[in-house]
Amino acid sequence: MDLDPVLLSRIQFGFLISFHIIFPAFTIGLAAWLATIEGARLATGNPLYRRVFDFWLPIFAVSFGMGVVTGIVMAFQFGTNWGVLAVKTGSIQGPLLGYEGFTAFMLEATFFGVMLLGRDRVSPRFYFFSCCMVSLGTMFSSFWILANNSWMQVPLGHAVVDGKIIPTDWMQIVLGPVQMVRWPHMLLAALLTTSMCVSATGAWYLLRRVHFDEGRMMLHWGLGLAAVLIPVQLFFGHLTGEYVLKHQPAKFAAIEARWKNEQPASEVLIAIPDEANERNLYAISVPKLGSFIASGNFTSAERGLESFPREDRPPVLIPFFAFRIMVGMGLVMLAVSWFGNFLRWRGRLESSRWFLWCTFASFPTGFIAILTGWYTAEIGRQPWVVYGLLRTRDAVTPSLTTGDVLTSLIVYVVVYWIFISFGVYTVYKLLREGPRARTQATNSVTGSRPLALAARTDAPADGRPGGAR
Amino acid sequence: MSPAPPSDLALFWAAVIAVSILVYVILDGFDLGVGILFGTTREEQHRLHMMDAIAPFWDGNETWLVIIGAGLFATFPVVYAVFLGAFYLPVLLLLVGLIFRGIAFEFRYRSVKTRGLWDAGFFLGSTVVAFVQGAAIGALMRGLPVANGQYAGTSFEWLHPFSVLTGIGLVFGYALLGAGWIVLKSEGDLRDWAYRRIPWLAAAVFVVLGLAFAVSLSVDAGAIAQSHLKDRPWGWVFVALAIATLIGVVIGARARRDGVAYTLTVVFIAASYLTLGVMFWPYMVPYAVTVASAAAPEESLRFLFYGGVVVLPVIAIYTFGVYWVFRGKVRSGY
Repeated sequence: MDLDPVLLSRIQFGFLISFHIIFPAFTIGLAAWLATIEGARLATGNPLYRRVFDFWLPIFAVSFGMGVVTGIVMAFQFGTNWGVLAVKTGSIQGPLLGYEGFTAFMLEATFFGVMLLGRDRVSPRFYFFSCCMVSLGTMFSSFWILANNSWMQVPLGHAVVDGKIIPTDWMQIVLGPVQMVRWPHMLLAALLTTSMCVSATGAWYLLRRVHFDEGRMMLHWGLGLAAVLIPVQLFFGHLTGEYVLKHQPAKFAAIEARWKNEQPASEVLIAIPDEANERNLYAISVPKLGSFIASGNFTSAERGLESFPREDRPPVLIPFFAFRIMVGMGLVMLAVSWFGNFLRWRGRLESSRWFLWCTFASFPTGFIAILTGWYTAEIGRQPWVVYGLLRTRDAVTPSLTTGDVLTSLIVYVVVYWIFISFGVYTVYKLLREGPRARTQATNSVTGSRPLALAARTDAPADGRPGGAR
Repeated sequence: MSPAPPSDLALFWAAVIAVSILVYVILDGFDLGVGILFGTTREEQHRLHMMDAIAPFWDGNETWLVIIGAGLFATFPVVYAVFLGAFYLPVLLLLVGLIFRGIAFEFRYRSVKTRGLWDAGFFLGSTVVAFVQGAAIGALMRGLPVANGQYAGTSFEWLHPFSVLTGIGLVFGYALLGAGWIVLKSEGDLRDWAYRRIPWLAAAVFVVLGLAFAVSLSVDAGAIAQSHLKDRPWGWVFVALAIATLIGVVIGARARRDGVAYTLTVVFIAASYLTLGVMFWPYMVPYAVTVASAAAPEESLRFLFYGGVVVLPVIAIYTFGVYWVFRGKVRSGY
């Protein structure tokens, strides 16, 4: 493949959104977890909850800040690189993303500030209420993003007038059936991501024999929540598969690496798809299972890629593997959370060091599942940017040159590398240090400047040489 | 392109975006300006107080930039696409500059060894952001080539000598605003330091913008001759007001009146902004895309309107609230 503005813009968008999604995915779950333990503390008065809350709050603040900054960059991508998309679908995508921005601002401007700074200034009940509102806000944010993306996957409620796409039914666009499946799928993924991270942090402390009470609580809560959520997530994953089969059969065939129409269809468990020759190498497949997975019986006919015109087919390799990695991560989460709860029931969870190592090692499972899930959805949607309406290659800004996009891509990679390593390093330091009494006051922190919370609480008392008089 | 007048909703959103741009320039302008001045002193004490003077505000100020971007995408998608397509590399520089400023702000306190690096990042980031914004204004004054609702020029058209001059002009303009802000928020040494710079900065703004004006009249006839200023002679009132306020800034600074420099610089910027408005109206992208032709369909404008009437006042109140809480001089060592 030649480097042209279209391919480079796709790589750039993929790069930027991959490094964006990991932060909101983490903060959606973290906000819910913070609200929950704050509620538990309010109900029981247990100081352990307060210590755990105070420990995760700066981590939440840093991740939230990183999400905001990487999100601002995203807000300009549609215009800089995808100008034709912006003009043709701006009347629908613009307001949806506008509402996401509104939600995020409302959050930053109001309850997030209370959550960061208001502990001693508002009543405990109002503080708890603020935590709940922040959690709700992060979920609403994801709602609008998913509404936008679901519309790009399965466009509904619009009309095409003079080559432009005009909204006709906002209810269909915002609350369409596909959105009602994909949004819960994403929300559950975010909650599971955080569950696995919280469990892994707890396991890490137990392995290092530090912060025993806090670590134990994180382990129990994290694994407990994951054990409950993962079956629900598998169910919503199944529903997501149904929409793909119904609305995007070519994507479904690509995920299954099914080249020929088959009846009954076999299921390719693992293989190396050979796109040039339209076949699978080293395939391990189960006869008839493909029909069962798609249609619920062992006899149905399933469409292969051959039944789609070549120019309408998505790439196979990435959706095929990304989907399998995502499912694999889901199964790892299932195994770890259920076995962990079994050990807990037998009273052996804290003493099974090998299992604590497994839990610790599974901290990235949620992130990997989210990224590979999105790669499946987005690359599987190709060659369309808005399915059936606008092709990706026709959506790019016409004035862009290869040099422009190559420059911006390199610059973004370098800047993100610096920016994200500092953010991740900050979070790592907070995690490594663990819960402790944090009494140092912070100043000039506002809801729109959350990074300062971590920066200041983490700084030594004399961290500002020359500043104290 | 239909000559139909813009709808009420289109006018509403155009007004929201126009006001947001002005608010952005006035608010982020002072903290970018402080960042620019930050690079002109080596004294750690000054630098600390400068940081403290903008610490609670700078990030919230950038909120307005996102409102402008998201608002344009939703309500004037053609403008959003043409603008970001035409200014692809400047927008990249703008985002990178803003990110570096942000990192520098949070990390300079925490590091001693790498502080020089963060300080350079803070200064350069601020300067680059100011410059590309000014250059974009200059390029807009010269007019953007548009075909089929997309930018039809080349990648470096924005880097015309005229735009370079307006870019430098805005760097000085923001620095002037920043100096006024420092005067407003500080006492003692730093305030004297800022006071001494105000007349020079005002003179620099005047000279650079005057030079740009001369260039546009002689060497490159595009920028001002084609504007609508000639059909609207009353628009020269704003030009006169801008020049008068610039003189007022210098007088106020000599008289050591703390509030005058910042306030009058704000008036100067508003007057310059209104001059641009007189030049451009009814075009959003001079001289190719009008408010009416760029507006999204009524269904979209109305759908977003319901959210906007709730959220925009909240953002305004919040902004006001933050400035109220952190009002007055910055006390050192708090």
